Amino acid sequence: MVSYRTPLGRARGLGSAMQGAGHWVSERVSAIALVPLVLWAIYGVLRLAAGDYGFAVHWIQDPLNATLTALTLAISFWHMQSGMRVIVEDYIHKALSKSALLLVNLFVCWLAGALAIFSILKVALSGGAL
Amino acid sequence: MTDAPRPTREPPVSPHLVTGGFGSPPLWRWHITMWSSILHRASGCALYVGALIAAAWAIALAQGPDRYADFKALLGSWPGKVVMFGLTLSVFYHLANGVRHLVWDAGHGFDLKSANASAVVVFAFAAAATLAVWGIAGMTGAL
Repeated sequence: MVSYRTPLGRARGLGSAMQGAGHWVSERVSAIALVPLVLWAIYGVLRLAAGDYGFAVHWIQDPLNATLTALTLAISFWHMQSGMRVIVEDYIHKALSKSALLLVNLFVCWLAGALAIFSILKVALSGGAL
Repeated sequence: MTDAPRPTREPPVSPHLVTGGFGSPPLWRWHITMWSSILHRASGCALYVGALIAAAWAIALAQGPDRYADFKALLGSWPGKVVMFGLTLSVFYHLANGVRHLVWDAGHGFDLKSANASAVVVFAFAAAATLAVWGIAGMTGAL
């Protein structure tokens, strides 16, 4: 098979990392999952906004609400981490700033996502501080 | 070598945002598809903050009735309502425009006429859905 790479390109060793399609597909898959989940979440926010703490605890104790809320948050944090990563990669070109921002993005999404899902499980399983 | 006067036209410039420095007229007319593209990123960034607010809701709920009441009072204040209105607009815009992108990814509607038309549809949907949700919120005592 003929290689079309230039000698300079071969020496630098840069090129496709064979991972681009995976990131692209995961962004689309999470987007498709979020369409129904987010519409459901808007309905949930409308109901929660009209209720108090007791209503929210009761609402999140429903297994369907707890599961869909946790899934909406988990997939949202996954999706927004992917989206913000592309924005950083598009606009920030200094290696150090780019790496730092990508790490902050990754850690913020994982930390907030983990805190949110742990909190939901805690209330759903314990019944809150009623 | 020649005495003929040189043509005094401007040399051609490669496409960029402005014709001749700061304050000069823009070379590119703003197309509706440019707005729909940049607003997809802008609404995505807004929803990044929105997801952090959703996480704060879950944490406040787990911290008990007092913290939950504080959280609800913060979101129910006027600045909180402005933020929530912006997030409603962002979520419906990003949702509709995301579906538009998925249709493009499937290989449909990427010609100029369809792209312009779908951008109008997405803007109209985002505005209408936002007003509808806030109307429902007002009627159900969510405000």
